Amino acid sequence: MEFKNAISIWFFIGIVLVVYGTFIFGAGIYGLIVPPAKPVVLNELHAGVWWGAILLAAGILYVVKFNPKKKKD
Amino acid sequence: MTGSIVSLGTIDILIIAFYFALVLGIGFYLKRFTKTGDDFFMAGRKMTSWIAGLSFLAANLGALELMGWSAAAYQYGILATHWYWIGAIPAMLFLAIIMMPFYYISKTHSVPGYLQMRYGNASRALSAVSFGFMTVLMSGINMYSMALVMKVVLGWDIHFSIWVSSVTVAIYVTLGGLLSAIFNEVLQFVLIWAGALLIPIIGMIEAGGWHKMVLKIQANFAGLDLTHLWRSIGSFQGNVMGIHWTGIVFGLGFVISFGYWTTDFLVVQRVLSAKDLRAAKMAPIIGAGFKMMVPFIVILPGLLALAVMPGLVGESQAVATGGHSYNEVLPLMLARYAGPGLLGLGITALIAGFMSGMAGNVSAFATVWTYDIYKPLRKSVTDAHLVKVGRWATVLGVIISIGTAYLVMQFASIMDYVQALFSFFIAPLLATVLFGMLWKRATAAAGFWGLLAGTLSSIGMWVWVKLDPRALAVIAFSPNAKAMSENMYRALWSCCIAALVTIVVSFLTKPKPESELVGLVRGCTELPSEGDYKLYQRPIFWAGIVLACLIALNVVFW
Repeated sequence: MEFKNAISIWFFIGIVLVVYGTFIFGAGIYGLIVPPAKPVVLNELHAGVWWGAILLAAGILYVVKFNPKKKKD
Repeated sequence: MTGSIVSLGTIDILIIAFYFALVLGIGFYLKRFTKTGDDFFMAGRKMTSWIAGLSFLAANLGALELMGWSAAAYQYGILATHWYWIGAIPAMLFLAIIMMPFYYISKTHSVPGYLQMRYGNASRALSAVSFGFMTVLMSGINMYSMALVMKVVLGWDIHFSIWVSSVTVAIYVTLGGLLSAIFNEVLQFVLIWAGALLIPIIGMIEAGGWHKMVLKIQANFAGLDLTHLWRSIGSFQGNVMGIHWTGIVFGLGFVISFGYWTTDFLVVQRVLSAKDLRAAKMAPIIGAGFKMMVPFIVILPGLLALAVMPGLVGESQAVATGGHSYNEVLPLMLARYAGPGLLGLGITALIAGFMSGMAGNVSAFATVWTYDIYKPLRKSVTDAHLVKVGRWATVLGVIISIGTAYLVMQFASIMDYVQALFSFFIAPLLATVLFGMLWKRATAAAGFWGLLAGTLSSIGMWVWVKLDPRALAVIAFSPNAKAMSENMYRALWSCCIAALVTIVVSFLTKPKPESELVGLVRGCTELPSEGDYKLYQRPIFWAGIVLACLIALNVVFW
């Protein structure tokens, strides 16, 4: 198998961003519903929600753009 | 888990576990693509400029980088940024435009390999052995640093951290060689940014913006200028680092920086994996563009901590009082702002940084060991045999690194000597490589004796200061010079000595005929024209843009 047929590194990065984005976004939403007992500084910004959403969106973009099935077609 | 800075929740543990599973999965997946020596040691020389460039930078984002420079920013203020800007960017651009053509056209597998072609076996052997020694030592120290951080931050057992991280790196580098190391380094680079960028963003909101942050720092540390790059270094006494601008410009900006970024095979190897000469020239330029931005996730958190978290002290004082040391500033800031999930991502970013540095050391060691130490001792070896040796060398490198980590655990003072290693081996190498590439009169004997004289003189100066501290005033021009300043001036001296010996011996010995220097030396090599490329496709254009940004940043933060 030639290296040119390998899955792109950017696809792997997309996968990791989708997984982490989902985890962090989910944890952020949970924190909105059930406020933490020991909140971090500036907890009211709900960084987990928007940072998770940004990672998830970037991840989806990369997974779609560098999808190995798309390359074979 | 008591006494740790942060405690992880289930979601954080899941994030870290997923990272380990993914890097191992990538290693197993890439094994099928590493059949030949070129595949294993040079990633098939098929990397795009972006992948080679990000990997070039990520290999440098190791243990001492993320934690160490945040701590340095807390200790020395914005002066620490010099190590990212003038102490890196000009050298990276010089590598791209001036040196890369010779490394790439010569088709060398390594920097010692280039020295063999240019100067002969003696220079190759000397630089290969010193590089191998330095690399595994650095790798072990990185490993120990990581384990120590995990102990302090998370309360993890130090042996658990050492073995889990080293076995993971050993598996994925042994399976996929440089290709696997590069893939994981690019992944790690993205994770480092995703995990660390949130700290300065939220920190800036808390501090109320740059201007208010500066006012708070001035109020917290009256009388110290911690927020200007150049204003305070007009004299040795005017700044907290005890350094003069000449040390920054010539010691750091030239010798230390050029030595590391242009001759340390750990980083140069990543660029040699590029698919063509243009990609090889663009890779360090792309790396330089991102390098300029690294202070925003490394230095800025340290500065923000000066504003919002004053009172961190040195390590010994922290141990005595039970307080926190500024060496822990990055995890402390992480714990301050990152809730569940984000904390796991931040810790993963730290682990990724540590592992990319370790993988970089181990893959470079395997290449130098195989091509520059093992192969010259054998009359004839097959390519498949070299791949096998490379895989075993990777395992050997990891085992020696683990041994070094345990050695450092017993003798913690070894950590203080890390920076000194650089001035011993890399600073003189810069003179040897530069004369080799740019001066056709430099002879084989001159290359060897210059390198040896530079290395021995550097070690000699280090021993001299250890035996007689008054020597510091001679070597670093000031009895007030701190360790960083001393290292810089020692590096400058050793490079000058190597250069002087190279010049003198060259005039006393017979040079190689020009026909033997084709592809190795400027003036004897016809470089491919870039005339067919549009302006915005030429590396020199992007090097100019990066240089202009560097100048602008230095003016803004003057």
